Amino acid sequence: MEDCLAKKMEITVSEAEKRTGRNAMNIQETYTAYLIETRAVESQSEGQCAPVESLWRRYSEFELLRNYLTVTYPHIVVPPLPEKRADFVWHKLSADNMDPDFVERRRIGLENFLLRVASHPVLCQDKIFYAFLMQEGGWKEMVNETGFQLKADSRLKALNATFRVKNPDKRFTELKHYSDELQSVISHLLRVRARVADRLYGVYKVHGNYGRVFSEWSAIEKEMGDGLQSAGHHMDVYAASIDDILEEEEHYADQLKEYLFYAEALRAVCRKHELMQYDLEMAAQDLTSKKQQCEELATGTVRTFSLKGMTSKLFGQETPEQREAKIKILEEQIQEGEEQLKSKNLEGRDFVKSAWADIERFKEQKNHDLKEALISYAVMQISMCKKGIQVWTNAKECFSKM
Amino acid sequence: MEAEGRVPGPALPAGGEGPGADSHLAASALGTARGPLLAAAEVLALDDEEDDLEVFSKDTSLTEVNSFSPSVPISPSSMINQYKFEDGPELRDLFITVDDPESHVTAIETFITYRVVTKTTRGEFDSSEYEVRRRYQDFLWLKSKLEEAHPTLIIPPLPEKFIMKGMVERFSDEFIETRRKALHKFLNRIADHPTLTFNEDFKIFLTAQAWELASHKKQGPGLLSRMGQTVRAVASSVRGAVKNRPEMFTEMNNYMETFSQKINLLDKIAHRIYKEERDYCNEMKEYGPIHTLWSASEEDIADSLKGIAGCIDRCCRATEKRMAGLSEHLLPIMHEYILYSDILMGVLKRRDQIQGDLDSKVDALANKKTEKDLFSEEIGKLEDKVERANNALKADWDRWKQNMQWDMRSTFTNVAENNLRYYEE
Repeated sequence: MEDCLAKKMEITVSEAEKRTGRNAMNIQETYTAYLIETRAVESQSEGQCAPVESLWRRYSEFELLRNYLTVTYPHIVVPPLPEKRADFVWHKLSADNMDPDFVERRRIGLENFLLRVASHPVLCQDKIFYAFLMQEGGWKEMVNETGFQLKADSRLKALNATFRVKNPDKRFTELKHYSDELQSVISHLLRVRARVADRLYGVYKVHGNYGRVFSEWSAIEKEMGDGLQSAGHHMDVYAASIDDILEEEEHYADQLKEYLFYAEALRAVCRKHELMQYDLEMAAQDLTSKKQQCEELATGTVRTFSLKGMTSKLFGQETPEQREAKIKILEEQIQEGEEQLKSKNLEGRDFVKSAWADIERFKEQKNHDLKEALISYAVMQISMCKKGIQVWTNAKECFSKM
Repeated sequence: MEAEGRVPGPALPAGGEGPGADSHLAASALGTARGPLLAAAEVLALDDEEDDLEVFSKDTSLTEVNSFSPSVPISPSSMINQYKFEDGPELRDLFITVDDPESHVTAIETFITYRVVTKTTRGEFDSSEYEVRRRYQDFLWLKSKLEEAHPTLIIPPLPEKFIMKGMVERFSDEFIETRRKALHKFLNRIADHPTLTFNEDFKIFLTAQAWELASHKKQGPGLLSRMGQTVRAVASSVRGAVKNRPEMFTEMNNYMETFSQKINLLDKIAHRIYKEERDYCNEMKEYGPIHTLWSASEEDIADSLKGIAGCIDRCCRATEKRMAGLSEHLLPIMHEYILYSDILMGVLKRRDQIQGDLDSKVDALANKKTEKDLFSEEIGKLEDKVERANNALKADWDRWKQNMQWDMRSTFTNVAENNLRYYEE
């Protein structure tokens, strides 16, 4: 990670702004633009700061960047973007894309994305990525010019390969299972968490009613009045405290979400492997059958049932010249095929090697990140309890003065 | 019927203008109709015998004396004979428990009886221990007798006949247990009450065998006279607001209205909180196992995940404890005080009614000067009645408020403690 971009440059997504403009279909729309600021980190002499460069990007441009990266580096587990639409919301959060809280969380997510790409040993060196950060105008054209869309594998092809592949690397199969499990468990967890948050919110907020009733009640009491009044105040504090607590928890949920989406990226790498493997298997199969054909033609024996064999039986043998020509073509094809097979094999092996290296890197990163997230979650819970203790101790005091 | 600069009742919160009457009987009543923390020294001459609790006065209609220390506070969570004493433990001489519900099946009906055990050191009780079985109807009977005898005293509430809303069946264990606790409280509150505790019917209730009680029940004012009372009550309420109602009682009325409103709200809130907590607990029960499931597919972070799962489970259990605390302490008390507020409104109405009687007689007097003498005696009696009623109410009111305060305080403190425990876990 020595010379990755992140070390050389500070990157932040510092602001978000609502804009209106005309989209590709010339329809007026509102979208949010994000300000990306970068600043070179050099050994700075006292009081001197490198200048800050900045430009605005919108979410769809981030998406374009990511698509480009996934196609160009299929062996890399490419960091995911924050969600397009708000998912796993509990009732207080809105699912509206324009909601300020959502925008804020997305801003953080986008910054996180950029930082992850910038700290990746391979991805950070990509020119397009660099241009994304530095060059405002003409970036889209630049990306399109790379023609990466052409290199993209069709979904259908990939699906087909997944089903038909015979000999994928076992590790990838395991990895695929793992990422399936990860995805399902995290999404389940997030769903339940949302419900738990809802309920917890309810418990706290209802206590707020106590505050109101206590204070009304204290108006008619003489001796109990003061105690009731101050207890009521504490109930209000208690009810209000849940908002901050749940906001912090949202951050934890976002961290989990990132890994939920990472699972998808993992699967993409596995799919690519399967595709390549399938390609390889198909090519090998093709080669074998061609060799067989050649042999048949050369020796005149029909070893396997073939339409050619049938027709030649029915309509007579070919002339030796025709046969020669066919054999020649086949031999050329076989030659090509063997070369292709060799290169595909090589490609495949390279892919597996580099992919697996990145996967190892990813695993370490994941374990580290998740552990930290879980720890911070526990810390959050503890702090929530401490606050609860404080409030109720105060309330208890007030009650005992009634 | 003017009050003649009578002995004031100084510690009354409303700064009562003791409706005075000159009857010598009232003398005994007034001076001690004060706030609870009154030492026994204030007892007037006539009450010497009252000092010694061993003496049982049968003439409860004449004496409304609260000469000794008040609210022996009742700890809401006591199921057995464990009472916290604020002052004067030596004054507690009647211990009652209600337990052991049993179901009885007859040809006509099925009902539950409860065992009522009484231990006492009072002289007028023939023995020092009694054990009887009573059913809910018996409690109802006792309550109505007490109300009859002391229309303006605050009789503690009985648990309801049956629950309208809830899913609770008449004979479900939960229902029986709740009722048992409430009946236990009912009897103990009566026992604590300085006047009610000496009521004859109460004694009979505690001591008589089943057949004795049945025969005793048949005596006393029959259905007709009770109906008569109800008719008069309706008539007087039709008469409208009492004109001469002393300000103190108007204040009480207003207070009760607001109080009743607030208590009802609090009860709703408490129930709502209970429900939310239960839902929360249910969700948490699902939340924990997910982490365990996840840990199965991980290596490095498996331990952290399992740790979190364990903590979530503990949270769950702590929440359950919290809920149990609520339902044992807060909810029953809220309910009780809702009933109380109804009772108090009833008491106030009855007082008004008595006053109304007086007023109407006074009016009548104004119109029939000739029968003045006859009337004035009646009026005199009525005035006494009013005054006694008023005093009784005042005294009891104070006592009740003190009790309520204590109850509220301890209940909410309990809730707070529960919550503390919850968070500490």
